[in-house]
Amino acid sequence: MQWHIDSERPVYIQLIEQIQSSIISGYFNPGDKVPSVRDLAAQAGVNPNTMQKSLVELERIGLVHTNRTKGRYITSDTEVIKKLKIESANNITMDFLDNMKKLGFSKEETLKIIKKIVEEIKE
Amino acid sequence: MSHILECKSITKKYSGFTALSDVNLTLERGRIIGLLGPNGSGKTTLLKLINGLLVPDSGKIEIDGIEPGVQTKKVVSYLPEKTYLAEWMTVNQVVEFFKDFYEDFDVQKAFKMLEDLNINKNQKLKTMSKGTKEKVQLILVMSREADLYCLDEPIGGVDPASRDYILNTIISNYRENSTILISTHLIADIEKVLDEVIFLKESTVLFHSSVDDVRVNEGKSIDALFREVFKC
Repeated sequence: MQWHIDSERPVYIQLIEQIQSSIISGYFNPGDKVPSVRDLAAQAGVNPNTMQKSLVELERIGLVHTNRTKGRYITSDTEVIKKLKIESANNITMDFLDNMKKLGFSKEETLKIIKKIVEEIKE
Repeated sequence: MSHILECKSITKKYSGFTALSDVNLTLERGRIIGLLGPNGSGKTTLLKLINGLLVPDSGKIEIDGIEPGVQTKKVVSYLPEKTYLAEWMTVNQVVEFFKDFYEDFDVQKAFKMLEDLNINKNQKLKTMSKGTKEKVQLILVMSREADLYCLDEPIGGVDPASRDYILNTIISNYRENSTILISTHLIADIEKVLDEVIFLKESTVLFHSSVDDVRVNEGKSIDALFREVFKC
């Protein structure tokens, strides 16, 4: 998995976001075993404590769970993952609408542009 | 968990010049900590005090409850700013030397790292470039199973590719019980691996905080904050 960590924002938040998107994109499938904290930290080039903190947070929100003896797993609950996917789609759309607003387009105008482009792609 | 290092109100003067003034610091186990500050802010002095090469004028230093001395040298692995190894020795000989000297030295680990960085075991130190010599010393220091590592400018002369390897070695060798204290100017290179950061300014501790807290509160990287705080 490719990691892109910058130093401007808290690293643990970036790790959470990137693990979430790798679950959404299917890099991690429901029920997959999560690599060890040490391996993940080495891959991402970050401190193991920070990686640990991110995984604990992912556990808290139910995306990852710990089996006492076997380590960490991605949740098998596809509903949770579906919810995350929708949340992520909402966020991307909100960001997009925000950017369009900055360019001076109203919501109606933006919708027209989207429709037009979607149809162009069809052809 | 117990503190690995405690500095209580340390002051150190060099013939009238104050290098450190009333420094209080407590370091926990299991952290990677950056010791940052401009030239002459007291970083090297602090590391020398921790390693017993200097004695404070006042105040107290304790490593796991013990003042710096023979006993603490067993648990502290120190990379000084200057080379102290004999130039006539080969890599093989310095590895043997470290093995004799330190009970916690892991020969296999050292040879693995030397191999990964393509360092010839039969080469004499005196024929090596500055950067290669630095790599050898850092490998020796990191091959110990110490409780506290004090690294004084460990990657200054090392090329960026090897820098990544070395940082990766630090991360993957990290153990829950040991703490790594790194003094450096290459903040952008190392800040992703740090837990905490200590800013030294004019012989005193400006602040000591978690790096992610700094990013949340200041909205910028440690490197950007450093450039702002110490703007000339």
